[in-house]
Amino acid sequence: MSKNDIKVALIGNPNTGKTSLFNQLTGLNQKVGNYPGVTVDKKLGVSKLSSTQNAIITDLPGTYSINPTSIDESIVLKTLLKKDIKESPDVILVVADVENLKRNLLLFSQIKDLEIPTVLAINMVDQMNRKGITIDLSLLKKELNTEVVLISARKNEGIKDVKAAIIRCHVAAKASPLCGINNQIDPDYFTKLKEISPNYSLYELWLMVTQNNYPETVTKEEKEKLLAFKKDVSKLKKYQHKETIYRYQEINKILKKTYIVDKSKAKDLRGNLDRVFTHKIFGYVFFVFLLLAIFQSIFDWATLPMDLIDGTFAEISDFAKSNLPAGVLTDLLSEGIIPGIGGVLIFIPQIAILFLFIAILEETGYMSRVVFLMDKIMRRFGMNGKSVIPLISGTACAIPAIMATRTIASWKERLITILVTPFTTCSARLPVYAILISLIIPDIKIFGFLNLQGLVLLSLYALGFATAIIAAYILHKTLKIKTKSFFVVEMPNYKLPSVKNVFFEVVEKTKSFVLEAGKIILALSVILWFLASNGPASFDNVEKNTIENTANQNFSEKELQQKIASIKLENSYIGILGKTIEPVIRPLGYDWKIGIALITSLAAREVFVGTLSTIYSVASGDENTATIKQKMASEINPDTGKKRFNFPVGMSLMVFYAFAMQCMATLAIVKRETKTWKWPLIQLFGMGLLAYIASFITYQILS
Amino acid sequence: MNTIASLHKGEIGYISEESLDFIPLKLLEMGCLPGAEVELVQIAPLKDPLYICVNGSHLAIRKETALQIQILKSEILHV
Repeated sequence: MSKNDIKVALIGNPNTGKTSLFNQLTGLNQKVGNYPGVTVDKKLGVSKLSSTQNAIITDLPGTYSINPTSIDESIVLKTLLKKDIKESPDVILVVADVENLKRNLLLFSQIKDLEIPTVLAINMVDQMNRKGITIDLSLLKKELNTEVVLISARKNEGIKDVKAAIIRCHVAAKASPLCGINNQIDPDYFTKLKEISPNYSLYELWLMVTQNNYPETVTKEEKEKLLAFKKDVSKLKKYQHKETIYRYQEINKILKKTYIVDKSKAKDLRGNLDRVFTHKIFGYVFFVFLLLAIFQSIFDWATLPMDLIDGTFAEISDFAKSNLPAGVLTDLLSEGIIPGIGGVLIFIPQIAILFLFIAILEETGYMSRVVFLMDKIMRRFGMNGKSVIPLISGTACAIPAIMATRTIASWKERLITILVTPFTTCSARLPVYAILISLIIPDIKIFGFLNLQGLVLLSLYALGFATAIIAAYILHKTLKIKTKSFFVVEMPNYKLPSVKNVFFEVVEKTKSFVLEAGKIILALSVILWFLASNGPASFDNVEKNTIENTANQNFSEKELQQKIASIKLENSYIGILGKTIEPVIRPLGYDWKIGIALITSLAAREVFVGTLSTIYSVASGDENTATIKQKMASEINPDTGKKRFNFPVGMSLMVFYAFAMQCMATLAIVKRETKTWKWPLIQLFGMGLLAYIASFITYQILS
Repeated sequence: MNTIASLHKGEIGYISEESLDFIPLKLLEMGCLPGAEVELVQIAPLKDPLYICVNGSHLAIRKETALQIQILKSEILHV
């Protein structure tokens, strides 16, 4: 990045191919940063405009106007109002859809009035013939008083022209308003507003007043004067309405001269596909089958890479152990850090595959139809049609799912979605369910074709969704939050997904999981490793005592090591913790060993399996489910003399894992998204209490 | 008084000038302007939301919003 680079802000309506253009301009030169103080991802990329000139391109969230209604959109306003030389854009690149130019030009007209040099890229011009559209480009340039380029981002056409236009626009640095809002609405009012400061354009001052958003450069005196304009709220609202109508009048005048549509040609797939996808019966049937197909493929495709990751990390860990000098640091590395990293990476296959499907559904335009179908149903539970996407994403991981709630404009609907998403069955619960089901549910077919074990797993998914919905309903009825719930969703044209866009989307979502969840899972893994490998003073003698006590039992070296590891864990801090909570969890059917596994599950739920394998002294590196399963199956409950993992305990554990909020990484994300510890704490204790009561009832009834 | 919610599927109306104050700014910005032709494209299975086409924008809005937007029904049949 050098001082000569042109700073370009990329802005456009959603569904205009803005992301395609960004990907074409920057290629792999992208990185994701954060906007200071807010959680929305900031996508930056470097584009080579010419042999001597680079541009730093910021991809701003899609928006219909500068006046924001969601957190994503407020970023656009904040970025554009900045007067900081380092941050404020030199050139704004507005992307517009050729088919819906009128509406796209509204945003363009607002941006033009900020008096920043602007380039207009009209996208999807390859569709013009089919849709019967003709544009008088040179006249349009003249009327809009700006650089206008026709492009087809997906086909990589016109990208060179965009780059050249950015340079020309930057050099010319001319920036005049398009509409100039004052002269028509209320000349007196707006002249007075403009008199407040010569440093800002009139439209900037107007935005500060209407959006209550003041850049740092505004002086105290100026701010006071601006606040005086805010007093008459109904007048502001009225003027905003008038402003929008005036803008559309101006746009209509321009388009009448430059843009012609032959409506007889404008026939497309939309109507036919909409009739199918939003059909009152077939629409839902299709959606359900689509979901089932997606889940099925996730299971089918993810198993192999997950086993590969699992095996590789076990080998790396063993390698480190046997090749590095023995000591605490080696133990930390081989037992804490390496398994910790493995525990993060193991989820990538499932998460990436699910986001691949979601990205395809969004790219094709189908997701908007789902939102349309589901809104009324979700609203009964205090959510929004858009909540469907986080709830589906939650089956991979709650973290990207919770971040996906940002498009929901109503705070109450968004908060409820955030609070209930962790109930959906995420991929970390699967290994726990898998091993418990294989222990307590017989592998038989009912009605000759339904696998009973599969059926139980399916009902656990159903339990997760059902609880999410019920919890949402209760929150809906109890939370007293007044927010303006306003809902509008654009139904975009159907189109084939672009491979490039889908790829970048999957990479970005997976990256955010690895970075956000990864650091917490890793840190907890290290802490838990410390607690498990250290104990009070007597701890150091464990090894010696074990060797002495078992001297006459003819253990092989391997068996002896396993025995020592197991007894060490029992006497470690974590073992003591497990024993301390035993009285509390006994009514659920658990002993202190399961207690230890519950505590270590705080890093990530699937650690349950690994912890039990250590407690039951399964040889390390031999952590395949078959051996752990045998050990667990032969574990005896000393009180009853019967199997520890019998049907009641297994069911009670599965219910506990279905409800309890055991994931610290998710709690951290909820804190970040809601900006307070209140909600994550409510989740932690609320879900914990529910898990405890439900497991208690399950165990007591079944046993 | 007719509103967008009283249109039948496939029917067209014209947004009345009087409803200007009741149209949320966001919808206005998306092309829902007084005088504009609005078509009710599709009704969701549970009668809500409504899928409309106005000024070239295809939008889904909730019934509560549609009820605030008055229209003049036209006699012209949709072809």
